[in-house]
Amino acid sequence: MQVFGTIITGIGAIFLFLGSLGILRLPDVYNRLQAGTKCTTLGAFLTIVGVGITQPDWLPKTLVIALFILITNPISNHAIGRASCKSGVPLCDRSVVDKTKEFEECKPLQDELEQNEETQ
Amino acid sequence: MEFNMSENVFLTIIGLAIFLCLLRMLKGPTASDRAVAVDTIATITTALLVLLGFIFGRYVYLDVALVYAVLTFIGLVAIARFLEKGI
Repeated sequence: MQVFGTIITGIGAIFLFLGSLGILRLPDVYNRLQAGTKCTTLGAFLTIVGVGITQPDWLPKTLVIALFILITNPISNHAIGRASCKSGVPLCDRSVVDKTKEFEECKPLQDELEQNEETQ
Repeated sequence: MEFNMSENVFLTIIGLAIFLCLLRMLKGPTASDRAVAVDTIATITTALLVLLGFIFGRYVYLDVALVYAVLTFIGLVAIARFLEKGI
């Protein structure tokens, strides 16, 4: 059981390192958000649960901490992404599509269509 | 309190991860980059606190990690609202 928990903790530590490597290397706020959120959530979850498996007395409280991270980390990162999109942080040069910009451009047309339907 | 080999390796890997995020926090072109780096550092620190509690054999560190996670979440939502000019 101890060996199993140590292996899981090691996998979590490697995921944490890869996530922060992505934060250093990727070109854009949104790419960095993606690397940071996914790798860090899985890495922290595996590290904490691995400690709980190694020491079975601590398992309930470590599971509480891990579930809390699993719920709140994507929420806070999504809030930061939404804020940076609304405050106008640009995409990088190589990005292909920008759906929010397209939505903003075609929004007046949709409003006109809805008004025409209402008048008819 | 004696370190064995695997705990040394884990602490080194996690320390390197925090160092890379710190570089991005110093470099980052916009405020959002710095906010993302701080968020990642905070999550890594929560995992590090649990690991340190296991190494030192102290149960109290789990409570510290739980409170740290809650405060980090609240603070980052506040930072996001501030970047959105909503406060």
